[in-house]
Amino acid sequence: MAGIRGYWNLAAAAIAFRLLLLLCFPKDLHLGSRPEVATPLTSLRRRMKHNLLAEGYWLKQASMSPYSGSMYHGSPLLLSFLGQLTIRRVEGRPPHFYCSLMFVVVDFITAVLIRATGQKLLLSRHKSFQVLNLSKLVEASGIVNPGDFASLVYLWNPLTIVTCMGSSTSPIDNLMVVMAIYGACSRIAPLAAFGWVFATHLSLYPIILIVPVILLLGYGLDAPPSKLFLHKTSDASSSCALNQSPDNSEAPKLTDNAIHTFSWVQVLHFVLWVFIWLCFVLLLSSISLKDVGGLSEMFRKTYGFILTVEDLSPNIGVLWYFFAEVFDFFRNFFLIVFHVNILFMILPLAIRLKHRSCFLAFVYIAISSMLKSYPSVGDSALYLGLLALFCNELADMHFSFFLFCGYIGVSLLSPVMHNLWIWRGTGNANFYFATGLAYACLQTVLVVESVSSMLKHDRMLRKLVKA
Amino acid sequence: MAVLRHSAAFPFLLLLVLLICIPALASGVGLNDGGGGLEEEGEQFSEELFLKPLPDRKVLAHFHFQSTAPPSAANGRHHHLFPKAIAQLVRKFRIKDLELSFTQGRWNYESWGGSDPISSTNAKPPGVELWALFDLPVMEIDATWKDLTHALSGLFCASINFLESSTSYFAPSWAFRSNVSNLRYGALPREAVCTENLTPWLKLLPCRDKAGLASLLDRPSIYKGYYHSQRLQLTSTKSTGMVLKQTLTVVLKPDVQRNSAHSSLDNSIQPSWSVSSMFKKNVTGLCVPAKTSRIFFELETNMVVELEKLGYGDSWSNSIFDLSPNPVRVFKESNPLPGRSNSIIYEYINYSEHEPLDLGMKWKLPFIWSCSQSPFHASRFLMGSGNERGSIAISLQSTESNKEFLAKSHGCTVQVLIFQVVPWYVKVYYHTLQVFIDGKPQSASDVIEKIQVSPSEDKLFPGTLELMLRYPCSVQSVALTLDFDKGFLHIDEYPPDANQGFDIPSALVTFPNFHSSRSYVEDNLSINSPLLLKFQEKNVVRSYTEALLVPLTTPDFSMPYNVITFTCTVLALYFGSLLNVLRRRVGEEERLLNSKGNTTRIRLIPLLLSKFSSKLKGRTDGTPKSSSLLGSKFLFILVVVLAVLWHYIAN
Repeated sequence: MAGIRGYWNLAAAAIAFRLLLLLCFPKDLHLGSRPEVATPLTSLRRRMKHNLLAEGYWLKQASMSPYSGSMYHGSPLLLSFLGQLTIRRVEGRPPHFYCSLMFVVVDFITAVLIRATGQKLLLSRHKSFQVLNLSKLVEASGIVNPGDFASLVYLWNPLTIVTCMGSSTSPIDNLMVVMAIYGACSRIAPLAAFGWVFATHLSLYPIILIVPVILLLGYGLDAPPSKLFLHKTSDASSSCALNQSPDNSEAPKLTDNAIHTFSWVQVLHFVLWVFIWLCFVLLLSSISLKDVGGLSEMFRKTYGFILTVEDLSPNIGVLWYFFAEVFDFFRNFFLIVFHVNILFMILPLAIRLKHRSCFLAFVYIAISSMLKSYPSVGDSALYLGLLALFCNELADMHFSFFLFCGYIGVSLLSPVMHNLWIWRGTGNANFYFATGLAYACLQTVLVVESVSSMLKHDRMLRKLVKA
Repeated sequence: MAVLRHSAAFPFLLLLVLLICIPALASGVGLNDGGGGLEEEGEQFSEELFLKPLPDRKVLAHFHFQSTAPPSAANGRHHHLFPKAIAQLVRKFRIKDLELSFTQGRWNYESWGGSDPISSTNAKPPGVELWALFDLPVMEIDATWKDLTHALSGLFCASINFLESSTSYFAPSWAFRSNVSNLRYGALPREAVCTENLTPWLKLLPCRDKAGLASLLDRPSIYKGYYHSQRLQLTSTKSTGMVLKQTLTVVLKPDVQRNSAHSSLDNSIQPSWSVSSMFKKNVTGLCVPAKTSRIFFELETNMVVELEKLGYGDSWSNSIFDLSPNPVRVFKESNPLPGRSNSIIYEYINYSEHEPLDLGMKWKLPFIWSCSQSPFHASRFLMGSGNERGSIAISLQSTESNKEFLAKSHGCTVQVLIFQVVPWYVKVYYHTLQVFIDGKPQSASDVIEKIQVSPSEDKLFPGTLELMLRYPCSVQSVALTLDFDKGFLHIDEYPPDANQGFDIPSALVTFPNFHSSRSYVEDNLSINSPLLLKFQEKNVVRSYTEALLVPLTTPDFSMPYNVITFTCTVLALYFGSLLNVLRRRVGEEERLLNSKGNTTRIRLIPLLLSKFSSKLKGRTDGTPKSSSLLGSKFLFILVVVLAVLWHYIAN
């Protein structure tokens, strides 16, 4: 029950490690130009260029649209926010020093939010287990605090550290996603709406998180299937009817609390806040793009760029090579196929996992980071961190060792293959594509196995309850 | 009856014949009138050849053919000398100015000169370069440019039509020509230039290469040269009409004629040459329509200076070299600074039908001189390795001529304009622009006076950089660097020889303070030569840098099917296995198994199917146990039949 001992020490060590890397290897790492870390959407190097251009730092001319030049494809808000930080230079420090410092802070906030979410999940788990008379199960398996564990996994994940050091903006995207989930878990509708709107604004794919967020707000946190509670209630009431003892009457009350009815108030509240934040974001964007382009250009250059996979530079996904090779007349068809594949799974997953909305959010994030057009390791860092939130439920997941080894293997081989292909010219594109393919397979196995073991866990609970 | 009809028809026929003949007769008379006026102000054609020995034992030959047509209202659509194809181009596309050049080889600015009129207007980047200035509203220009490229491509048998896509042409704002909005510029650095481009070019001349100076153009000898640039320049104004200048600049190396007497000196003496030995052909006959047909021979300034040092002055026959026929006239360049020697031009006139004009130069003693150079020698190169990123560097090195300039005035500044077009797949980070002066990094704002950047747009526009630098004359070297990332293209966007790399067109470096005009002691009327008049135009000194070859990463061109199948397999794996996990209900399955163990449950559809199939087979007794098996078999057959039917219908 108690958290991991020395959590704060470990978290502080992770932060210190980042700062150490930042101060000791200012220029040697070159992580910002690695294809695994920085995608066209998140690379700060690309971002910086237009900052300078748009602000007329050395050009004494009218400002240009940040989207001209097919270099920048992110949000204009991020541009005006990070632009201030990228220009400011410190003697003897790497060019993005302030930016990197900010990313360290962002990583820390994300970790804290993940921890808070985990504690909420743990509480709800205990509550529902008490209701179901399964407390012995809790005691039997020496339970770890998922919040502390997930937060540490996120902080110490090499992928997260690399992303943080590589001056890519995915830590901010991740923070927004985690904020949406945390807001939904703790039923703070404005925060959830803020996270969701900004995450969608920054990278489009979190738009599908609206399903788990609404489920979380409506039904509450993850719990065993509601059927079990009904079963329990009927048992309890029958036993009540038999025994007529007054002390047993508390049980049905508890169960009623556990089975949340869908609270429309919360959802409406959320929708209202989404509307407010949406207006806010659009207003700010249109102000920042007032003279140059306007909103329609922003949508075309950000969402259009994501959806049409225009940039074919290599990344850890498979789509870049696919669209570099596919015949032109099939291009639109396959664009639709790949994006619809993300949408196809929303409904089946939502039906089967509606009682575990937080887990549903994790599955959605994993699927979208596998099938998104410009994936980076920053996305994997997020879903691997969230995966650790369900360490108790997924304790008996299959292939976990294989997956662990696979992730390590791919993350070691991928830079090697990239180097062979791009720098030495001894390998060809297929080598690098093969690691991307392996990575996609690993993610598939991870998603499928986690979903199946979560369903198995529910089944096990049902058996225990019925027994 | 028939006779009567015939007699009636005859006057009618006569009338018809007369009717047809009258305009023809009238036009014939008019033509004669026009012929009378042709001498004065009608269409004119002149041909000239300019020869100049180069310091590195080579000879520059520059052919200049000029056709002019008065404003079109006077002549209508008919032309006597002016090529009709070009006139139609001008009329259709409303061209004000156009220049098209086909070049092979690179002009060697260091040893062939960088500041004389020939090098600053006729030295062109390798491949095809085309720019055109239209007399049209800005909206219609892009469409007109596309049509123009196609027309020119057909006219000159070249792939100029590749310039139609918006990724390959650009509208420079001020660095190419001052402030014009209806100019379009495009370059194809990789275009190979050969006789197939020369033949249509010669067709535009009234005598083709059958007579006159153009008859010298023997294909093997001119394509053997070190530099070959064939150019077409077209100007059209309301007042002067159309002027078409066709120039061909070649740098040839004369064969060394072994002379036994001077065998020891042979290596140091410049090779002697004559027009016939260089071109392996003689000037055959006169091109009758040509108003003038002349050959000029130039001794450039530095050469005259050296000669005067030896005390030979401007004689064409001295102990160092001999010019074989005596020149008709001698032009001397007038110099604003007195007391300095200047270049000399000897004029020869090709007037005799039977005696071919064979100008020759015979060297007798070794002689060394250097050519006039541009103030700064511009070169461009790539830095970095690997296929991910790199940088472009443009370097300007001070030359001898700048030192002279520096000696003249103190505290002066040099102005340099740089115009650079970069294709979209070379993604330049303009913020990484760094300036090094004499090897030391300098803040860009100190040196850059004006800058205009238009970033490239993927698959839409190329990126361009227009820069104006200003720095003190005492600077020895200036270097600019720009970082770029290499793009990744779709498999269809690579050329057939993808591994060779991609060419970045030459950058244009202009020195607005330096002019390459010549002025002669004689007045313009007595000169009366289009070529020399052109030399007197005040042109700024320009030089083109080298074209760059950027190797880009290639995907595996043989893999499309494999990539599609592999990726789709992974996708199917994900979709199928996830759906399977979601669909499976273990508890249900267990219950089903249990119930199957107890009672044989017959499902509805197999039951129906089995009944149906048994009816088809004429069996009335279908046992329920074999029914499911039969059902599946039947389903299989049904699917096969459907597939066959579908195939049949689809075909």
